[in-house]
Amino acid sequence: MKTFRIGGVHPAENKLSAGKAIRVAELPKQAVFPLSQHIGAPAVPVVKKGDAVKVGTKIAEAGGFVSAAVFSSVSGKVNKIDNVVDASGYRKPAIFIDVEGDEWEDSIDRTPSLVRECRFSPEEIVAKIKDAGVVGMGGACFPTHVKLTPPPGCKAECVIINGVECEPYLTADHRLMLEKTEEILVGVSILMKAVKVDKAYIGIENNKPDAIRLMAEKASAYPGIEVVPLKVKYPQGGEKQLIDAIIRRQVPAPPAIPINVGAVVQNVGTAFAVYEAVQKNKPLFERVVTVTGKSLAEPSNFLARMGTPMSQLIDAAGGLPEDTGKVVGGGPMMGKALATVDVPVCKGSSGILVINEKEAKRTAPQPCIRCAKCVSVCPMGLEPYLLATCSAHGDWERVEHEMIMSCIECGSCQFTCPSHRPMLDYIRLGKGKVGGIIRARNAKK
Amino acid sequence: MVNKLIVSLSPHVHGGDSVQKNMYGVLIALVPALLVSFYMFGLGAAIVTLTSVAACVFFEWAITKFILKRERSTIMDGSAAVTGILLAFNLPSNIPLWIIVIGALVAIGVAKMTFGGLGCNPFNPALAGRIFLLISFPVQMTSWPVPGQLASYTDVETAATPLALMKQAVHGNADALNQLPGSFDLFLGNNPGCIGEISALALLLGLVYMLWKKIISWHIPVSILATVFVFAGLMHLANPEVYASPFAHLFTGGLMLGAIFMATDYVTSPMTHKGMVIYGVAIGFLTVVIRVFGSYPEGMSFAIFIMNAFTPLINTFCKPKRFGEVVKK
Repeated sequence: MKTFRIGGVHPAENKLSAGKAIRVAELPKQAVFPLSQHIGAPAVPVVKKGDAVKVGTKIAEAGGFVSAAVFSSVSGKVNKIDNVVDASGYRKPAIFIDVEGDEWEDSIDRTPSLVRECRFSPEEIVAKIKDAGVVGMGGACFPTHVKLTPPPGCKAECVIINGVECEPYLTADHRLMLEKTEEILVGVSILMKAVKVDKAYIGIENNKPDAIRLMAEKASAYPGIEVVPLKVKYPQGGEKQLIDAIIRRQVPAPPAIPINVGAVVQNVGTAFAVYEAVQKNKPLFERVVTVTGKSLAEPSNFLARMGTPMSQLIDAAGGLPEDTGKVVGGGPMMGKALATVDVPVCKGSSGILVINEKEAKRTAPQPCIRCAKCVSVCPMGLEPYLLATCSAHGDWERVEHEMIMSCIECGSCQFTCPSHRPMLDYIRLGKGKVGGIIRARNAKK
Repeated sequence: MVNKLIVSLSPHVHGGDSVQKNMYGVLIALVPALLVSFYMFGLGAAIVTLTSVAACVFFEWAITKFILKRERSTIMDGSAAVTGILLAFNLPSNIPLWIIVIGALVAIGVAKMTFGGLGCNPFNPALAGRIFLLISFPVQMTSWPVPGQLASYTDVETAATPLALMKQAVHGNADALNQLPGSFDLFLGNNPGCIGEISALALLLGLVYMLWKKIISWHIPVSILATVFVFAGLMHLANPEVYASPFAHLFTGGLMLGAIFMATDYVTSPMTHKGMVIYGVAIGFLTVVIRVFGSYPEGMSFAIFIMNAFTPLINTFCKPKRFGEVVKK
């Protein structure tokens, strides 16, 4: 069975909510929409205080090419435009909407029927995806239309769909593949048409045999789409690792990107969002969110409107347990710890993980014993111990030379370290510094 | 509740590995060899091993507390105990107690704690202790009890080790090689030697355990053993009268102990698989060179010690294969 070739770890899977069908979450009383839910320039508001909006109304437009529009997920009145702390922990401008009823824009096709035929040209598809504010749903939130517009000199050869969901605990993509199988496949066909290729691979780890079986069975009716079962290994859902696992090509060090080896990678959630945007005229304003944790009463998968407070979803899953020590937005390997649960669900909110107090605390680090386990597990072939030590000493020249910018921050090194050293903390520090140095150097040229 | 949330950077889970688990794993892997040593050398092996472990742990505790004045003692991490057993394994079972204590002081005090303790030492502490003793007390360090004298400690009958016989052969004693025990006896460990080095079988069991538990990777031990086998084998083919068979080389002296437990010491071995292979091949090569051409019968400890010194250099030049270096097909 296929997998990526360098490094990797096997965290306990803990997919507690894998058997739970997607439930529709209740509407919030007030929905909050940060203007920066994606990588790139913040969106620019097109509504003002007091304006009435419907479900699917554009409330902010893209602030540049690498940016994405934001749509209201509720109907009601704009209360204010103000700063809010979002899942990233930073204060960011956001649009607050008080919810009244549930009235949708007329242009949205709300029927459950599957629309298989896509009558649009590649350019029209990309335009529709852009107009619907679709971004990568795996968590990185890179605007999808940018990925579908290869830079000059690059040509897409295949589409790779990420159904790996290698983060422990998370099951949102798994449930989506089981419950929206055909919609995802139509979405994949649309993506293939958009980048003008006739081959697509859907990579799924073999801890989800039901999803592999169902997707493979239905995919036989879609020409050019192949389901590829993958050996379970973290971080297989990393874009570069997934490309390596499926088509045996390795994306060179930054600034190279996947399109340099002919691959366009999209998440299954994105494929579904593309289907809804192109075939149903439905902009991106809701998503599947896994709410999970060992001491949570009812780990669940919710279809939640954007802007819903995470605290509301946690309450719907049984409420925050007494022994809560940490709440993570995303999965345990790469997610961000939340300072408060009163943050809105955004385009990139794949999960909410509640960790108990005992597991939330870090163990005190011991000296590095140079066991080289971090080197063996690094999926990018780096030397995490060295990058961390040199970053701690502020030797930015050395860490740049040792390719710190290739680090994908997957956390495998720290996960595996017997001395519990906070390596990734230091590597992030180094990446930030070196990134700044490189930008300054490029600006001078 | 909401105000008490812990905020830290990812990853938020840990694999559960720890320094203790690795060190105790090594101790478990050393148990078969320890049992063989009790079976072969009886009381002497028990006294030497206990003294060595107790002295190493004591020196680590005392130095941490009274000289470095650190609050947290590191003796529970198991590394001092591992050093203690490895040092004992490198001593004959009739060595006087006071020599063991000196060896422990050099191992823990000089080779380990002077550099800052676990993780900072450039040389393997047990090896440093052994080499110090070998050079300082050559007589006591090279009198080898004949196995089977279970109730005695210092007053034992001694004999030449197989390695000494092999050395004599190189120096022109034509009959020496014929006095060697059979390869199978050597493999089981029924011959004079240091406490822990005699039984290749027991040490290999330890290797299998450590590989299974993923405490070490195969690169260092396999490259050392393969190099010794090939190099000694070529010499044997060239002149079987003078040069012992490669099996005799593999199963005698400290080769197995060194290749499996000493050269694989985390702190003093290279960080990349490529580096580990270079390190292993060099150790294997140097061992045979010293055994055959040097003045000492055994070259394992010197070979590892020399390559310890090269580890930083190997780390500088042997980088892992970076992602993306593979040329696209």
